[in-house]
Amino acid sequence: MKKVIITGAMAFIVFACGNNKKETDSSAISIDGSSTVYPVTEAMAEEFRNEDPNVNVTIGVSGTGGGFKKFGRGEVDIANASRPIKEEEIAIAKENNITYVGLEVAYDGLAVVVHPDNDWVTCFTVEELKKIWEPGAQGTIKTWNQVNPDWPNEEILLFGPGVASGTFDYFTEAIVGKSGSSRGDFTASEDDNVLVQGVSGSKYGLGFFGLAYFEENKDKLKLVGVDGGEGCILPSLETVKNSTYAPLSRPLYIYINSSSLKNPKVIDFVNFYLEQAPTLLEDVGYFPLSVEEYKAQKAKFDDFVKSNN
Amino acid sequence: MKRIKEVAIEKTLLVSALVTIAVTLGIILVLSIEAFNFFRVVPLTDFITDTQWTPLFTEKHFGILPLLSGTLLTSFIAIAFAVPVGLSISIYISEYAPKSFRKTIKPALELLAAVPTVVYGFFALTVVTPFLQTFIPGLSGFNSLSAGLVMGIMIIPFISSLSEDALHAVPNSLREASYGMGSTRLQTAFKVLVPAASSGIIVSIILAVSRAIGETMIVAIAAGQQPRLTLDPTVPVETITAYIVQVSLGDVGHGTLEYQTIFAAGITLFIFTFLLNTLSYRLRKKFAEKYE
Repeated sequence: MKKVIITGAMAFIVFACGNNKKETDSSAISIDGSSTVYPVTEAMAEEFRNEDPNVNVTIGVSGTGGGFKKFGRGEVDIANASRPIKEEEIAIAKENNITYVGLEVAYDGLAVVVHPDNDWVTCFTVEELKKIWEPGAQGTIKTWNQVNPDWPNEEILLFGPGVASGTFDYFTEAIVGKSGSSRGDFTASEDDNVLVQGVSGSKYGLGFFGLAYFEENKDKLKLVGVDGGEGCILPSLETVKNSTYAPLSRPLYIYINSSSLKNPKVIDFVNFYLEQAPTLLEDVGYFPLSVEEYKAQKAKFDDFVKSNN
Repeated sequence: MKRIKEVAIEKTLLVSALVTIAVTLGIILVLSIEAFNFFRVVPLTDFITDTQWTPLFTEKHFGILPLLSGTLLTSFIAIAFAVPVGLSISIYISEYAPKSFRKTIKPALELLAAVPTVVYGFFALTVVTPFLQTFIPGLSGFNSLSAGLVMGIMIIPFISSLSEDALHAVPNSLREASYGMGSTRLQTAFKVLVPAASSGIIVSIILAVSRAIGETMIVAIAAGQQPRLTLDPTVPVETITAYIVQVSLGDVGHGTLEYQTIFAAGITLFIFTFLLNTLSYRLRKKFAEKYE
């Protein structure tokens, strides 16, 4: 009896897999790469599935470098990237006869915020931010005047995204130098509302989160500029886009393999991505490009599709 | 036939009683197994003596003290607020208020216990904290004071209602004797009735403490989520329950050490509430027959 059940189950599994495989061959889209771009692409894929339930989109998170590695070998259709493709990665793709197009899909910026009554800080240098947030600060950097003697001798109340968030990884990578490396004695929440509440309710508070979220709460918070070595820059749509708000801003990309265009679903998906980005990006906390820029990206993609037909 | 029916009912009742015991045992078992796995990696001495709790971060520390101090601090504020208020209410209702007033005010008070705690949490965060900030400058947006006070409001009905029952149950002969000796109402209430009803009052307070220690939403919303060892009520703290919520809602992988921390925290919480419940049971038994 037992044997029959096992055989039956195996037959079912084999059958189920076989069935699956068939589907993947015709309309699957495989994507891999940056964890920062992942939420954007994931949101897009989810919406896309609503429109076209037969599409199977798989999105891996190997990091930008890992994504380009697979992309250069032709293993994935689309690579998520939080930086442009590098020379050596281009060389590998060339070796494997892979042609592609890179499209900008969003901007990602981080806002460093304090209480509106905070009148001593208008700008942080990267060093100051690092001094506040690095792991060694845990239990030792407690007051404002420990960071800069001109600042008040009051406790800094720190608020930041939780360890599971991409924003946390990004901030720690840009400021501390290693992704995920941070002090642990701050109020950590995955819910941005909590961070807004925390900083807007504490005169000696300091926090950071996606710039898109600051825009919604600008009456309750004060934005602080960041000096990445070239003077104090306040984050804004402009400075995030032209990358002068460094190191806390960057454009995000997707790269598409030309041979994947044989799959019409890939073309549909990319077009859907560029069309829906302005509305969907807000939900996931990123900055959309301007309407013209999306048009330009769309034109770039259309040309790419034509030239490969 | 009747006999069989009787037996069936009896067994059904027995089963329902056993279900609660089984559930309790199951919870203890799960807590213990996961906590045991946790303590195989983190020594118990670290858990009890370390003054930092940062299991999710680069510099990992597993000291329960910051969470425990947060829990006890908020509970203490709640109790310090609720006991005098709740006791005054119970004495007023039982000894001073007219009967008709008692009939309406008691259910109204118990309504306080029916407000969802998440509503209390937002009340603390968006009403009480800004109000307190007008005369306590430097009060952080998240703080144990506001969370504790609102938690106090929440547990007032536990204290006032149970204490009132206890005061009401004091035999009239004691009241009459006291008045006969020429005592005033106030003297009767505080010198005779409160001591006579002390067992009920103490039990009500212990139940309220137990409720405060286990309370989750209010502190998760209004007290902040930052474990720190402090007795300062103006800064953010994190309680054991708030930590468990935080980790359960995050992306912590099952079976990891980070995941097991919530069971270690949970068992600590369980031990505390269990001890309090046992204490209240003992006290009730000890004083129960004193005046009957």
